[in-house]
Amino acid sequence: MAGSLSRVLRSVLREEAFYFFTSIGNYTGQSAASLDEFLQKIKEVNIKSLEFHLYREDFEKWIAQTLGDAKLAEDIKGLRNMKVVGNALRDRLYFLVSRRLKDLRITPQASK
Amino acid sequence: MKIKSQGVALDDLDWRILQLLQENARLTYTEIGNKLDVAHSTVYDRIQRMEEHGIIKKYKAVVDLEKSGIQQIMALMTIHTDPKESERIANRLAKFPEVLEVSSSFSEELVINAKVVAQDQAKMHSFIAQSIAPLPGVLRIRTSIITKKYKEETSPSFL
Repeated sequence: MAGSLSRVLRSVLREEAFYFFTSIGNYTGQSAASLDEFLQKIKEVNIKSLEFHLYREDFEKWIAQTLGDAKLAEDIKGLRNMKVVGNALRDRLYFLVSRRLKDLRITPQASK
Repeated sequence: MKIKSQGVALDDLDWRILQLLQENARLTYTEIGNKLDVAHSTVYDRIQRMEEHGIIKKYKAVVDLEKSGIQQIMALMTIHTDPKESERIANRLAKFPEVLEVSSSFSEELVINAKVVAQDQAKMHSFIAQSIAPLPGVLRIRTSIITKKYKEETSPSFL
C-alpha cells in the first residue's frame, strides 16, 4: 500500500534525505530531501551514481521506507530487473518519478 | 645537541630514551639505563619530566586487528567542506568511534582527512552516507579503501 499523499510529497529532515554516491564512500555532494528534489537530481547527477544506487536497491528502500510510496518503489524495482544502464536508465527513472508525481497531484487517491 | 620542544629542552639522552620507548614502551628504567649506560634513576627522572610536559603523551598497545580475528576494513576519506564549517565538521568527525584519525590539509583547497574503520564495505558505506554526508557543510567525499599496508609507524625512527 502506498503512503498518504502528504507523507509522500513532504520534505524530509536532512538526516533522512537521499545522498547520491558514485561508489562506496564517494559522495557526489548531491542530495534530495523530497520526491520533487529527487526528480530534479535524476537529471543532474553522474550516471554512475544512478547505476550504483539502482543496483544496490537504495532508491526503492528510500522511496518505500522514508517517503512511504510503495507503488513507486515497486516501479523502480521493475526498472532494476530490466537491467537498464546509462542514459536509458536516467530517462526511464525520470519518466517513472515524474509520472508518479503527476498522478499523485492530479488524483490524490493514487497515494492510497 | 639540545632541541627546545614547546619550552622544554631535550638533550641527546632524552631523544635516545624516547627512541627506545617508541620501539618498546614496556622497557623498564633499568633496561633503558643499561642500554644507554646511565643510572636507572636518571632514566626515571627524564621520563617523569617528559611525561609532565606532555612530550610523552601516553603508552598504548598496538593491536594487529587482522591477527586478532576481528573482521574490519579501513578507508581514507577526503572530505571537501565549506571552509566556514570545516573546523566544526572535523570536531564532529573526531567524536565518531568509527573514525580513528582526523586532520586537515591544504593543497589546492583545504580538505579534511579521516581514517575510518568498519566491519565491511556495507557498514562503511552506511556510516559515511548516514553520518558524514548529512553533516552541514560537507560538499563531497572521496573514499579509498585500504587494501594492503606496507608500513605503519606512529613516529619517525630518525628522532
